[in-house]
Amino acid sequence: MIRVVLPAHLRTLARVDGEAKLHVEGQATQRSVLDALEAAYPMLRGTIRDQVTQQRRAFVRFFACEQDLSHEPPDAPLPDAVLTGAEPLLVVGAMAGGG
Amino acid sequence: MSRVRVLVGTRKGAFVLTSDATRERWDIGGPHFGGWEIYHLKGSPADPDRLYASQSSGWFGQLIQRSNDGGKTWEAVGNKFVYDGVPGTHLWYDGTSRPWEFARVWHLEPSLTDPDMVYAGVQDAALFRSMDGGQTWQELPGLRRHDSAPSWQPGAGGMCLHTILVDPSHPGRIFIAISAAGVFRTDDGGKTWRPINRGLRSEQIPDPTAEVGHCVHRIAMHPSRPRVLFMQKHWDVMRSDDAGESWQEISGNLPTDFGFPIDVHAHEPETIYVVPIKSDSEHFLPDGRLRVYRSRTGGHEWEALTRGLPQRDCYVNVLRDAMAVDSLDPCGVYFGTTGGQVYASADAGDSWAPIVRDLPSVVSVEVQTLS
Repeated sequence: MIRVVLPAHLRTLARVDGEAKLHVEGQATQRSVLDALEAAYPMLRGTIRDQVTQQRRAFVRFFACEQDLSHEPPDAPLPDAVLTGAEPLLVVGAMAGGG
Repeated sequence: MSRVRVLVGTRKGAFVLTSDATRERWDIGGPHFGGWEIYHLKGSPADPDRLYASQSSGWFGQLIQRSNDGGKTWEAVGNKFVYDGVPGTHLWYDGTSRPWEFARVWHLEPSLTDPDMVYAGVQDAALFRSMDGGQTWQELPGLRRHDSAPSWQPGAGGMCLHTILVDPSHPGRIFIAISAAGVFRTDDGGKTWRPINRGLRSEQIPDPTAEVGHCVHRIAMHPSRPRVLFMQKHWDVMRSDDAGESWQEISGNLPTDFGFPIDVHAHEPETIYVVPIKSDSEHFLPDGRLRVYRSRTGGHEWEALTRGLPQRDCYVNVLRDAMAVDSLDPCGVYFGTTGGQVYASADAGDSWAPIVRDLPSVVSVEVQTLS
């Protein structure tokens, strides 16, 4: 079971209370976790990564185990602690301030 | 008894304001989508409980929300806006070419007859349409394939398609406006388009009377006379009596002819409303006074409407989609400000009162008259 922590706006959008818990077939990577997340919560399509290019949106970051995974290849395996469910994958809206 | 529902889009969410026909006591619903920019929301003329909303965020992009119960509950529908084919380029602010890139939906225009059909005007400028209640979107690419498109440039707010007017009496005719390209018309349901900007004069572009390049802020029509169009241009208030083939200036005695919204009285096709703004470099009201100007003669002669509106120390703006009318008698007129006030007049503009004073900055106002 993969645990994903979404930013507040996306929890509201997806009507998720707390963490999203996902079953991911095969190797858990950023791509496969996001595929599973979007399959479970279709309203999140396009909010974390572009629907055509699959690129992470510029102001969205991925953290886990106190590491910034945002620039890891999307098909790289996630840390073991995320795979076992000991640690969540954090989807974070960049601290960009503004109005 | 009739009721009125006012749909307000703000920088931080949507609000639904409702009243009976007296328009004296209002119920304030919301915020919906708190914290998100709601550029526009609008109801279907064919099913007033079917609403569409454009929800966006610099972080999480574009969403489209749909309600089937008049705005009580909402569901996210399709948000995949992909330009048809190779997007091509337009001009950037500095005159260099730049690829078309989707940013957001500025305006949603539901079909007059089919609740599941809705148009979306987007930035970078293009027209999309959904035939399935917003689940999927297809571009009408003829507009963006017009020969002039590579020369279109953005206005200060981005290169947005912000106005969509569907002609109720001429099947296949749609008017759209783009900042800063101008007005375009199709007579074949969106397959082919042509610019209709003859008579516009814009000193900010190299050729002031060019076929395209005019920063049109808003156009409006009365449904009983769809060949008559009114326009608030960046500077200048204009009208056309021939479906956009030619335009004449009607700014007349306005204190300034810069502004954003323009709208038409529901029962008097020659009665129009604008909100003059001091200038394009200041973007606030002249003299600190909030004045709506009304012409009962289709332009040229304007009167200031001030009763109930602040007449000192007021420096808000009223954005292009932030004015609307109801169809009660007398006609109600509504507008929202960047200061978060929504004002209503239940007597065609003679007097005004705030429905609500302290919303987030208002981007859009639409009104539904419900029986």
